[in-house]
Amino acid sequence: MAGSREIRNKIRSVKNTQKITRAMEMVAASKMRKAQERMRKARPYGEKIRNVAAHMSRASTEYRHPFLIQRDTVKRVGIIVVTSDKGLCGGLNTNVLRKAVNQMRTWETEGEQIEVCCIGNKGLGFMSRIGANIISQITGLGDTANIEKLIGAIKIVLDGYTADRFDRVYLFYNRFVNTMKQEPAMEQLLPLSDERMRVGKQDTEQKKLWDYLYEPEAKPIIDDIMIRYVEALIYQAVTENMASEQSARMVAMKAASDNAGNLINELTLIYNKSRQAAITKELSEIVGGAAAV
Amino acid sequence: MGTIFHLDIVSAEESIYSGPAEFIAAPALMGEVGIFPNHTPMLTRIRSGMVRIKAPLKDEEAVYVSGGMLEVQPDVVTILADTAIRGNDLDEAKALEAKRRAEEAMKNKISEIEYARAQAELIEAAAQLTAIQKLRNRGH
Repeated sequence: MAGSREIRNKIRSVKNTQKITRAMEMVAASKMRKAQERMRKARPYGEKIRNVAAHMSRASTEYRHPFLIQRDTVKRVGIIVVTSDKGLCGGLNTNVLRKAVNQMRTWETEGEQIEVCCIGNKGLGFMSRIGANIISQITGLGDTANIEKLIGAIKIVLDGYTADRFDRVYLFYNRFVNTMKQEPAMEQLLPLSDERMRVGKQDTEQKKLWDYLYEPEAKPIIDDIMIRYVEALIYQAVTENMASEQSARMVAMKAASDNAGNLINELTLIYNKSRQAAITKELSEIVGGAAAV
Repeated sequence: MGTIFHLDIVSAEESIYSGPAEFIAAPALMGEVGIFPNHTPMLTRIRSGMVRIKAPLKDEEAVYVSGGMLEVQPDVVTILADTAIRGNDLDEAKALEAKRRAEEAMKNKISEIEYARAQAELIEAAAQLTAIQKLRNRGH
């Protein structure tokens, strides 16, 4: 009966694994709801600051912010890669990193230099392993994307852009489509595209010249708004990535629990078969023994 | 143009107020400003403090805002509240911290491993994923 004990142990261990994956599934499900809520709450700010930035770009100010000026030559690219801190969330991080690496290789063959800002542990580990040039990083965000934690790393990239160290900045993250679907996305962050600067409906009116009353001065206020706008975009990407992470984890853990269930069924079948075979064998031995007497 | 304007107070983490207002008073950097409808367009920074809002047919209410930006258009007023405590020195310190951590991570990396290996790892991971997918499809 040595074989059947091994099978029994195996079944027990798979059952324990299943308990863990079930628990993780439930934890992810409750965190997912909160993450989605946070993602939704972050949207109004993004919309409003976008409107303000768009209004501002229409005002006839002498000062044009560098984020709005399109550059012809692209020699150096900065990328921001948003990943999760923890694993066990299916192919989420792999997908976004693959997209980033493919894009990086295309850029490299075009002779562009790439510098990376990593948000999240998984991306950081991967990027440092492939020897990418990492200029700033943030890990350990936890479950809430606090904008305060993001400021430092973002500032390095934005300063790099204003100081002409980059000609373009891209953002990689997982876009949250719905609970079952998240897709890796690449977006151009800087210079801000025209599409990003369009105000919803009243785009055509207000053709006449006008300008804001700036208090105290135009330049620092415009700078502040632009920086906050880009930060808001990144913050939104991070909240989307977090919602994606939790739903991907929930789905992955559900699949793992289901697979464990299947495995247990199969193993139980094998166990019962081997037990029956052993009983049959014993019986036939007894019967054979009795016949011999 | 009516006697009310639309007021939005939002922070990165939530929407604090959204609705019509007849008058607001906000703590701008240069002193408190009061805004009635049809105000000339204005952009200013605001300090932390109370924003007083008079909505039509309602008593005046006050909302605390921890600094941010105030945008005034003739019929729309937007307050973009900060959730973080901001300041140039503070931002700078945070930036330096993020940079230092990145440099540390670069130092700690295990020798120079080029794209090829990472690519191989990625392909392997992708292959595993498709394999799992296939297995799962066959199972059902």
